[in-house]
Amino acid sequence: MNDILQGMARAARLVVTLDADLVEITALSLQVSLGAAVIASAIGLPLGAWLAINRFPARRVVIAVLNALMGLPPVVVGLIVYVLFSRSGPLGALGLLFTPTVMVIAQVIIITPIVASVSHQAIRELWADYHDLLISLKANRLQRIVTLLWDGRRALMTASLAGFGRGVGEVGAIMIVGGNIDHATRVLTTAIALETGKGAFDMALALGFVLIGLAISVNLALHFLSRTERGSRW
Amino acid sequence: MKFRTIIAAAATAVFATMAQAEEMKMSVTTSFANSGLAEVLLPEIEKDTGITVQLLVVGTGQALKLGAEGDVDAVLVHAKAAEEKWLAEGNGTHRREIMYNDFIFVGPSDDPAGAAKADKATGALQAIAAAQAPFVSRGDDSGTHKMELSLWKAAGIEPQGDWYRAVGQGMGAALNTASGMNAYIMSDRASWLKFANKGDLKLVFEGDPVLFNQYAFLPVNPAKHPHVKNDLANKLEAWLVSDRAKALIDGYMLNGEKLFTFNAKAE
Amino acid sequence: MVSGMIVLEGVELRRGGRVIVGPVSLTLGAEGITMVMGPNGAGKTTLLRALHGLERLSSGQIRWAGNGNALRERQAFVFQTPVLMRRSALDSIAYPLRLRGVKRAEARERAAACAEQVGLRVNLKKEVSDLSGGEKQKMAMARALILEPALLFLDEPSANLDGRSTREIEEILNRIRAGGTRIVMSTHDIGQARRLADDVVFLHDGKLAEQGPSAAFFDAPQSSQAQAYLKGDIVL
Ligand SMILES: Nc1ncnc2c1ncn2[C@@H]1O[C@H](COP(=O)(O)OP(=O)(O)OP(=O)(O)O)[C@@H](O)[C@H]1O
Ligand SMILES: [Mg+2]
Repeated sequence: MNDILQGMARAARLVVTLDADLVEITALSLQVSLGAAVIASAIGLPLGAWLAINRFPARRVVIAVLNALMGLPPVVVGLIVYVLFSRSGPLGALGLLFTPTVMVIAQVIIITPIVASVSHQAIRELWADYHDLLISLKANRLQRIVTLLWDGRRALMTASLAGFGRGVGEVGAIMIVGGNIDHATRVLTTAIALETGKGAFDMALALGFVLIGLAISVNLALHFLSRTERGSRW
Repeated sequence: MKFRTIIAAAATAVFATMAQAEEMKMSVTTSFANSGLAEVLLPEIEKDTGITVQLLVVGTGQALKLGAEGDVDAVLVHAKAAEEKWLAEGNGTHRREIMYNDFIFVGPSDDPAGAAKADKATGALQAIAAAQAPFVSRGDDSGTHKMELSLWKAAGIEPQGDWYRAVGQGMGAALNTASGMNAYIMSDRASWLKFANKGDLKLVFEGDPVLFNQYAFLPVNPAKHPHVKNDLANKLEAWLVSDRAKALIDGYMLNGEKLFTFNAKAE
Repeated sequence: MVSGMIVLEGVELRRGGRVIVGPVSLTLGAEGITMVMGPNGAGKTTLLRALHGLERLSSGQIRWAGNGNALRERQAFVFQTPVLMRRSALDSIAYPLRLRGVKRAEARERAAACAEQVGLRVNLKKEVSDLSGGEKQKMAMARALILEPALLFLDEPSANLDGRSTREIEEILNRIRAGGTRIVMSTHDIGQARRLADDVVFLHDGKLAEQGPSAAFFDAPQSSQAQAYLKGDIVL
C-alpha cells in the first residue's frame, strides 16, 4: 500500500517536472503503439469487414485462425520476429533488429488479429442491418466495405483502441525485438520491467501510472474528437 | 473531417525518424548494467570518442548469442569458459580482459544456516545445504548462474529439493524472489547494492577469491559478419583499456563501496 | 396486353423445408400500380423481394419480357421496416446518388429537394435513428425515389403514417405513376388499395388466390379467401 502511494507521488513528480527520460520513453511508447495501431487498423479493419460480408469456403478457418492468433502470447511473436530480423535470419540484411521499426512490426502482428476480430464482430451486425439496402442499391463489393467501415467508424475506433491498448501495455515482444536500449528503444513497459528488476517498485509503479494515464488520455482524446465531429451520441 | 486528421497525425508519428549519430551496439550482462557503472562510462565514451554505445542488457548466454548472430558489434561479459568456446567458433576477433568485480552471498538477517561463519564460499554453500535453508538460484544459464553451479560442484553438492528454487529470471527478479521468500541467494555485489527491495536480507558472505568475476571485451568477428562496426569496436576497446577508463572504473563507488577493479594489461 | 412485362412461371420459395410462397404463375403488365394483398404471413413481402431479386427462387423463374428489361435495370425498394443507416437523414437520402458517383454537395442538394417532395419536413441533419416512425418511412421513401426508378416496390409504405401523410404519399405515388413509373406495392389498408390500385394480386398462404383489375376485385371478389379478407376488414 505504501509502495502504491509512493509510486503515485513519484509519478506526479515526474509528470509535473516533465522529466526528460520520462518524456522520451513516453513519446516512444506512443509512437510505436500508435504507429502499430494505425497499421494494424489499415489491415485489420478492411479484413474484418471483408470477413463479415463475404462467404467463402475458408471463411470459418480464417476466423478461427484469427481468434487463435488473438490469444498468441506476445513473447512468441517477439521470438519469431526476432529470429526473422536477426542478422543471421532471413530479413537480417535490413538491419532492423533493436530499432523502433521492428517494434512496430512485432506489435502490428500482435494487434492486427484483435482489430480484425473486433471489427468483424461490429461490421457483421451492421451488415445484417444494411444487407437488403446495399443489395437493393446494387452497391459493389468495394462500396459495401467502404460504407460499412464509414458508418461503423465509432465501433471500429473501439477496435483500433483495443489494439492500441494491447500494444501500449505489451512488454514481452517489444523487450525481445527492441532490446530495451536506453535512449533508443526503451518504452514505458520495458522500463517498468527494468525498474521492477532493480527492486525499485516505487519507480516502476510511477511509470505504471504514467502508462495508465497515457492509455486513458489517448482514449479520451479520440472519443472527444470523434464526438465533436458530429454533435450526436455515439 | 476530424477523423481524417486523427489518422494523418498518427501516421506522421509512425514515420518520424530518429536522429542518427555514430552508433554501435554492445551486449552486456544484467549484472554489469545493474552496477550503474555504465551510466558513468557511456557519457564519457561519447565525449571522448564520439561513439554512442547502445547497450543490450541480457543474460550471458544471450549476450554471446547476439554476437554470434551479428546482431551486436561487441560483447562485454564475464564467463571465461563460454567466451573461449565462443571465440573458438570464430565469432569474435579476440578477448580483452578489462576489470573484475565479485559475487557475494545474501541471506536472512538472522542467518539460520550460519553461512557467515564459513571461511570459504564452498563452506557457506555446504552450511546452507545442510540446513536445507531456502536458496534461490537464477536458473537462467547466465554467467552468474554458471558460477553458482560450479561452486556447488566444488562443494560436492548436487543442489536439489524443496529448499532449492531455480527461478529462471534475471538478477533483479531473483533478488525480488529471495526477498519475498527470505531465502539465500548468490548475487553480484553491484546488483545487491543497487537493489531497493532488500526486505529482511543482508550480506552474509564475501571475500573468497573464487568469487571474483572477470569481465572481458569481445569484438564480433567482421570476417563472419561484414556489416559489424569493427572499427568502432576497436576504438571502444582502446578507450576501455586507457588510463582514463582505469580512473573511472577504479573510482566508481556505490553506497561508499568500491565495486570494480581495473586489470586490463597494455598490449 | 401492353408490350413489356414481368412474367412469373411456377415461382416457388422454400425456407427451412417449408414452402412459404408458391407455386405462383402470373404476369404483370408494363404500367400502373399493382397491389399485392393478403393477410399477415400470406407471402406479400417475400413475393416483392423475390421480384426485386433479393430472394433466391427454389424453383420456377421470373422473365423480364420486352420493356421489362428497362424496368429491371432501374428498380428501387421501400422496405417494410426502413433500413436505418448510421447517418443523418440528408446523407441517408443522398446515399444512392453517392454510390453512383454524384458529388457530395450536389447529392445533398437533390436529397433535400427529394425530402421536401415526400413531405419530410424536419431538420435533415438529424440522425435517422432520431426520426419518428413516420419520418423514418418518408426518409426511406425519399431514398428510393431519388434515383427516379422505373420500377418501384413498396412494402406497406404507409403503415406508420397518419392520415395526412398517407394522403401525401398517395399523391406522390399517383404522380410518379403518371410519369410512367411502374409500381408494385403491398398494403393492408383496403381504402388505400381501392384508391391506388390498377390491379390486385391476392395471396393466401403463399398461393395466388386471385388476380384481376382493381374494380372487379373489390366489387366482386371471386375467391372465398378474398371475400373473407375484404369482409373482415369491413366488419372491423
Ligand atoms: N427466411 C425465412 N425463413 C423461414 N420462414 C420465412 C422466412 N421469411 C419469411 N418466412 C415466412 O414466410 C411467410 C410469409 O412471410 P412474408 O413476410 O412474406 O409475409 P407477409 O405477407 O409480408 O406478412 P405481413 O403482412 O405480416 O407483412 C411467413 O409465415 C414467414 O414467417
Ligand atoms: Mg410483409
